[in-house]
Amino acid sequence: MAETGYGKLIRDGLWCNNQALVALLGLCPLLAVTNIAINGLGLGLATTLVLTLSNTTVSLIRNLVRPEVRLPVFVLVIASFVTAVELSMNAWFYELYKILGIFIPLIVTNCAIIGRAEAFASKNRLPKAIVDGLAMGIGFTLALVALGAMREIIGMGTIFSQADLMFGPAAAGLEISLGDDFQGMLLAILPPGAFLGLGLMIALKNIIDNRVTKAQAVKADASLPDAQPNAS
Amino acid sequence: MNKYPILVAGLLLAMFAVAGTGLVAFTQEQTKDRIAANEREALLRSLNALVPADSIDNDIVTDTRFVNDIERLGGDKIQVYLGRKGGQPVAAVFASVVPDGYSGPIKLLVAVRTDGSLGGVRIVSHKETPGLGDKVEERKSDWVYSFKDKSLINPDISRWKVKRDGGDFDQFTGATVTPRSIVGAVKNTLLYFRDKGMALFERPSDNEAPPEKVASTQV
Repeated sequence: MAETGYGKLIRDGLWCNNQALVALLGLCPLLAVTNIAINGLGLGLATTLVLTLSNTTVSLIRNLVRPEVRLPVFVLVIASFVTAVELSMNAWFYELYKILGIFIPLIVTNCAIIGRAEAFASKNRLPKAIVDGLAMGIGFTLALVALGAMREIIGMGTIFSQADLMFGPAAAGLEISLGDDFQGMLLAILPPGAFLGLGLMIALKNIIDNRVTKAQAVKADASLPDAQPNAS
Repeated sequence: MNKYPILVAGLLLAMFAVAGTGLVAFTQEQTKDRIAANEREALLRSLNALVPADSIDNDIVTDTRFVNDIERLGGDKIQVYLGRKGGQPVAAVFASVVPDGYSGPIKLLVAVRTDGSLGGVRIVSHKETPGLGDKVEERKSDWVYSFKDKSLINPDISRWKVKRDGGDFDQFTGATVTPRSIVGAVKNTLLYFRDKGMALFERPSDNEAPPEKVASTQV
């Protein structure tokens, strides 16, 4: 518990402990809906909403709930919020709901949510729990959108198609096409493409992490010239 | 209180169950009208694409019959939406099912006018291969529009096949099965309408369960 500030919470959620890329939680919806970027964004936002609500509630009731019934209560809280979010999406984002429909109830089974409730929100005060929920949710959303965009570009040669389903007709112009003669690589939008894409994303993250660690090591060496002058 | 920890725990759990159910019930109450309106509107939109709104004056969404013909319509409880103007039949929209798609059944909407010509065909849902068989979707290609105004005599009934089988309808490169089975299903729906279609308009309303919701194309 060296550093528990909000900055660390956000950094953890977005990068260091990204629920999709590091914790590898929530893979079922992650892999299933990311054939285009907008689907990923829709599911990501729904997950973020549920995660924030459940973190908030769990943190508020953390002193009330006895340890024996802790998990059933968390599941109950999460399931209620997911159902409420599902109904609201059905009412206000009907077109998107028709595409994401069967994956919204699956948010209940997204281990990231109960994982954060148990590991973080049940042990921390309200503001931290909310920030943690938001950060983890946004990190998950970013991973979904990145994977969705990658598969959409490679598979269909477009990006942000069907944005109008989410943001209304005005957003139809958001769609960017990468040339009409691009046939697309079918593999990317088929289910195996999701696994390959996720694998590549995790690899990329690890490469970046390694570079950063190395760069920091070099910097540390440079700032201490007399400790080990010849160390590389 | 600490003497019966399990009771306290149980009560607590019950409290959360009540609160959770309350939240869900409240949300459902707030959204149900809107959801029903959404579904109705989506259905009406897809029906009006096939049977123009100004050609009918009845409520086509609720003027429905259920018919049973596994052979020709692909199911034993196929919904038919009836369009009328001034009480006169205009068109019937069949929610036919293509039983032999490349990967599972394909749901269609097939609109047949009273003269036996097609008002149009739409794919409601399917599981065909993305990039190949899914060109039957309205969003992906114009193929499905080719049915409009066709009938059993235009082209001749013997030409109701894809080109590869010696018929008049296009197939796609790399995907023949999907168009072939859809052409067959549309032909069967037309045959059904020729034999029993007009009788549907005479039949009294079933007063069955509210119209099934028709989900639009899922990818």
